[in-house]
Amino acid sequence: MINKLVIENLKHRPLRTALTAFTIGMQVMMILTLVGISRGLLADSARRAQGVGADIWVRPPGSSAISFSSAGMPQGILRYFSKQPHVVHVAGMVVHPIGGVNTVTGVDLEEFNRLSGGFRYLDGGPFQGREEVLVDEFYAEQNKKKAGDVIQLLNRPWKIAGVVEAGKLGRLFVPRDTLQELTGNTGKLSQVLLKLDDSKLTDQVVASLKKELPDYQIYSIAEFTSLFTVSNVPGLSAFIGVIIALSIVLGFVVVSLTMYAAVLERTREIGVLKSLGASPGYVVNLLLRETSLLAVIGWITGILLAFGSRWAIRTFVPAYLTQQIVPDWWPIAFGVALTGALLGALYPGVKAARQDAIEALSHE
Amino acid sequence: MSDTIIAIRDLRKIYRVGDVEVAALRGVNLDVQRGEFLAVVGPSGSGKSTLFHILGGLTPPTSGNVYIDGRDLMGMSEAERTNLRKTTVGFVFQKYNLLPTLTAADNIEIARSIARKNGKWDAQFDEILKMLGIKARLHHKPRAMSGGEQQRVAIARAIVNEPAILLADEPTGNLDTENSNTVLSLLRDLNKRLNQTILMITHNPEAAAFADRIVQMRDGRIVS
Ligand SMILES: Nc1ncnc2c1ncn2[C@@H]1O[C@H](COP(=O)(O)OP(=O)(O)OP(=O)(O)O)[C@@H](O)[C@H]1O
Ligand SMILES: [Mg+2]
Repeated sequence: MINKLVIENLKHRPLRTALTAFTIGMQVMMILTLVGISRGLLADSARRAQGVGADIWVRPPGSSAISFSSAGMPQGILRYFSKQPHVVHVAGMVVHPIGGVNTVTGVDLEEFNRLSGGFRYLDGGPFQGREEVLVDEFYAEQNKKKAGDVIQLLNRPWKIAGVVEAGKLGRLFVPRDTLQELTGNTGKLSQVLLKLDDSKLTDQVVASLKKELPDYQIYSIAEFTSLFTVSNVPGLSAFIGVIIALSIVLGFVVVSLTMYAAVLERTREIGVLKSLGASPGYVVNLLLRETSLLAVIGWITGILLAFGSRWAIRTFVPAYLTQQIVPDWWPIAFGVALTGALLGALYPGVKAARQDAIEALSHE
Repeated sequence: MSDTIIAIRDLRKIYRVGDVEVAALRGVNLDVQRGEFLAVVGPSGSGKSTLFHILGGLTPPTSGNVYIDGRDLMGMSEAERTNLRKTTVGFVFQKYNLLPTLTAADNIEIARSIARKNGKWDAQFDEILKMLGIKARLHHKPRAMSGGEQQRVAIARAIVNEPAILLADEPTGNLDTENSNTVLSLLRDLNKRLNQTILMITHNPEAAAFADRIVQMRDGRIVS
């Protein structure tokens, strides 16, 4: 019966209920989308790293698996690696960030093709000149570009030589020499990929390389991709934490206002319930149930909105973002929604519980 | 058979509003027998509602003794007074005071649920609903009912938990003559058929005439 009263009260003010639930839903969506995009991008990067087909990844000293900061390895190191036992192909590249989560990769096409088995061209073909670029299919689709078009990168025009199938390393490739020059990294590499004659020997080769080059970051492909997690991206966990905290605050504010208005509006009804023998606890219970129901409706709305944002990302910006649906975060998002809402119901609840029944009954 | 259900001895109630003290009751003495239908009349501000609020446990007395069904209200805790409202008294107000979002049936049910009574009400209460003439209106919300109907639902809600006492504060104050007469006849019927003890405040001498006995209040005392 108490639940019926809760539902009827919510139905009584459909617009207020809908707006409050929608606001809670927006917070839930914010969290789910943020985590979903973080995971999506990381999984996508990991998949593209795997797609190259290298067994071992080498990064310069002082770098991390995730960040592409410095091109800190001398190009001469390629010769050193190619002489190592079991190493059959070596490819060195420069990776340069171009804003947001996007990068452009400078490759020596011949070297890269030997190691990776080559790009599959959907349009056009390999670079012919120094200032040409290969783009992957998502980039081409999203920006409506084809071979022969010109795009701007690093403040200069580049001709699209070809459109390649996605899934190998990056989305944009330019000749290595050109990128090294433009970024002031002549003769320097930001990563080196190795292919072995037998993948089973990967761990063994990694171990011996580490001994020889103790300062370098040397990973097997398995190890490398396992580092693509939220906790390894500097600042990301903290950022998610901030969003969660903001959501709780927002939920608190919205629900306080809603419930405060509801309590004021129902002064008389609360007095009636008290005259019928309802204890202060009963009245608080009523409000908490109403609040929890709002949080549940908001939570479900938020989950649906997260599916909506994934659809929007797939449709409009497939090259820049990938969003995963993260059911393991649904309970966390619910916790956040409920916490904010219950905190918001606290003050209105106390006010309702303390309300004097006689005054309430004479309330107009 | 004399069976006293309410015994009031030198009851005083002082309201404190800031620094000002208002003596609403100044030594009330009254006995009410079980099964009695008592009308309380008196000028505005004479303390009638205050007396009912104390009897119903909505506010504590300042001094004196009030025995209801043998229990003294003086010194009762907030929780004990809440329990008194739940089990021993039923209120009917001038302004019906039904919950607007619930149907008539649910308004009655909510009173049962507060008293932790589960399941459907019994056949005997069904008879009472028939007698009150609201059986056909149970699935309507208050908005869709006339004042007279709402007040009859409010009466049903007040007695559904079988309280020892029904307190009605100007129950016909908002009703026209015809509806007033219906409600008053119903109160008298409840009193006669169920032996329901009823205390009713009214300003209207014709309404008071429905009761077995009339007491008059003035300046916080019962004068006759
Ligand atoms: N909550 C309160 N706080 C302060 N004073 C109050 C309060 N309730 C009642 N009073 C005062 O107590 C006195 C008695 O009021 P009460 O409401 O009992 O009178 P009444 O006989 O019911 O009047 P009416 O016929 O107008 O309903 C009045 O002077 C009133 O102003
Ligand atoms: Mg009064």
